[in-house]
Amino acid sequence: MINLKINGIAVSVPEGSTILDAAKLAGIRIPTLCYLKDVQCVGSCRMCLVEATGARGLVAACVYPVSEGMEVRTNTPKVRKSRKTTVELILSTHKKKCLSCVRSMNCELQKLALEYNAEEDRFGTDHDLKPIDDLSASVVRDNSKCVMCTRCVAACDKQTIGAIGPKNRGYAKVIGSPYDVPLAVTSCVNCGQCVVACPVGALYEKSSVADVWGAIVDPTKHVVFYTAPSVRATLGEAFGLPVGTNVEGKMVTAIKQLGDIKCFDMDNTADLTIMEEATELLTRIQKGGKLPMFTSCCPGWIKFAEHYYPELLPNLSTCKSPQEMFSALLKTYYCEKNGIKPEDLYVVSVIPCTAKKFEVTRDELGHYTDAALTTRELAKMIKEAGIDFANIPDSEYDLPFGEASGAGAIFGATGGVMEAALRTAAYKLGGSGAPIEFKEVRGTKGVKEAEYKVGKATVKVAVASGLDNARKVIEAVKSGEKDYTFIEIMACPGGCINGGGQPYVHDEIRNNVDLKALRAQALYNYDKERKVRCSHDTPAVEILYKEFFGEPNSHKSHELLHTSYVKRPKY
Amino acid sequence: MTQNLFDGTAEQMNELLSCIEKHKGEKGALIPVLHEAQGIYGYLPVEVQTVIAEGLNIPLSEVYGVATFYSQFTLLPKGKHQISVCLGTACYVKGSDKVLEAIERELHISCGECTPDRMFSIDSCRCVGACGLAPVMIIDGEVYGRLTPADIKGILDKHLHD
Repeated sequence: MINLKINGIAVSVPEGSTILDAAKLAGIRIPTLCYLKDVQCVGSCRMCLVEATGARGLVAACVYPVSEGMEVRTNTPKVRKSRKTTVELILSTHKKKCLSCVRSMNCELQKLALEYNAEEDRFGTDHDLKPIDDLSASVVRDNSKCVMCTRCVAACDKQTIGAIGPKNRGYAKVIGSPYDVPLAVTSCVNCGQCVVACPVGALYEKSSVADVWGAIVDPTKHVVFYTAPSVRATLGEAFGLPVGTNVEGKMVTAIKQLGDIKCFDMDNTADLTIMEEATELLTRIQKGGKLPMFTSCCPGWIKFAEHYYPELLPNLSTCKSPQEMFSALLKTYYCEKNGIKPEDLYVVSVIPCTAKKFEVTRDELGHYTDAALTTRELAKMIKEAGIDFANIPDSEYDLPFGEASGAGAIFGATGGVMEAALRTAAYKLGGSGAPIEFKEVRGTKGVKEAEYKVGKATVKVAVASGLDNARKVIEAVKSGEKDYTFIEIMACPGGCINGGGQPYVHDEIRNNVDLKALRAQALYNYDKERKVRCSHDTPAVEILYKEFFGEPNSHKSHELLHTSYVKRPKY
Repeated sequence: MTQNLFDGTAEQMNELLSCIEKHKGEKGALIPVLHEAQGIYGYLPVEVQTVIAEGLNIPLSEVYGVATFYSQFTLLPKGKHQISVCLGTACYVKGSDKVLEAIERELHISCGECTPDRMFSIDSCRCVGACGLAPVMIIDGEVYGRLTPADIKGILDKHLHD
């Protein structure tokens, strides 16, 4: 252990710790900008500079290792002056359209500028505006607001995509894809991890808010919303509630207060996915189909497979994602049942995801979804409507797609789709009394493996979240090292609860709590309290098969609930 | 901007692939590979960068980022005759910007580019140590001093027919 003092407070830390680690233990805050836990640690932004004995000049706390007897000062006039100048230099090339910025009041640069009394024009503001890349269906990039922290680049590299990087030099330096090609034509999988990594307003989702407001006030339109499993666990963060607060009831109330809207629970089609996917898996096992089978709920993972592992496309489940199943159902079954013309029904999904916005545009899925709103966009609409979110009462989802199973809800966390599928597979092969909880596939670890006896069969499963981990699992399968039967992949680390469309969380919170675990816990707690915990017991699912589809993997379900994939180039 | 079509040969590609093979797995392999690739092709077109990205198993954005960071690397081909116009202080004061403009006008390309027939390419440089002759340019190692825009056509013609 290394002993040192920070602002006079003695602290003991393991060798190799940085000053930032030690300060955290001593309860002393050091501001950061380019540092982001689990994503990037390069010491380039110079916000975390401190004075340390034995060092020449100020040192970057996020990368500087501690040494025995070191004395660190984090709050001297020299340190404060340096941080102030750093912020002012960043501001000199920043497009300061703060009032209309998506990150206004939630911007890390704004916060630092306020803390250090930075003057926005000290070094002038004479710079050219750079073009905005808004051709992607998912992500918009405004380089005039970029502060060159490269957190987005690190996030993209961590996903093993590397669609963007720093290019050129000096004043010409920008972050982007090679040769100024728009993000839309690169191998970007639209996961949006760059967006949630960005400290400022340089990256945001392609907004559908105006379209949705337009539909809400259009008297010819019936507007329906449905919310993805994880949104209940994260929306509250946008209104200052603690991370991991389940706000389902308030969320439903708020959506209904936006206008004359029916609000459904996407957990229902998560359950429907399980019925279809579990049946598909059992058929593949029994009839010698392509194995291992991969889940297909995550549009980021799908595009990744299309670009990087096209040879695996036959191994992907043909099931549409819960979003696309839901929209297909609404425009067919729901319209028939309620005598609504499909073109008069406006279908809005609320999702934790930027890749789902791209998914909506895929021709092979039939364009059943009219708009996909991220958790952030829904929060924006609720604020715009003047709704006092923290103080509104709870409401329940509308029927027939109201309460679904706990299995559908845990779809929002890594391992959740697997567990939901295992619940139903175990029941199908083992009958009632089959196990409900499969804890080996829970948790935020990047790769999880388990082996289960399901009925008489042994099923080897793997769960990966984050595309770096997906690659590890795929390579192990391709080399023959592993012979899994069923593999769940979610593109975002930790699954949808950590999706690219979730509320912005400041580095200071992200660096100090386990965001993924806290948000996931809210879903597992919710699951535990459900009356119905297995997809096959969900009332709406039963009705759908009885009234509409007949049985899982029937001709009709293949028409509406299944899809195909396309090979895409890597470059 | 002028378009230069990639016209690499099979021999060049083999040389590039063996260069990648040689450096693969080394730490910091990218810069030596880019350096050798530029030696083989004279420049680093996107086709070459893509082969390097694939070969070293790194994103194209990283290859492009490094290639555009260092001024020693060029993404555009160089001509048979390479023109370098000094934009150092002394030459600039003496009107080398006008000289550069005259060359750009004459060849219909911008500084940094190459003519479609690959005969001429233009670059700028900072001070060649001949300030007494300002404004100065160098073509194929030959230094021309005390230039005026009117001199350009004649000099370019001379090199074209050399």
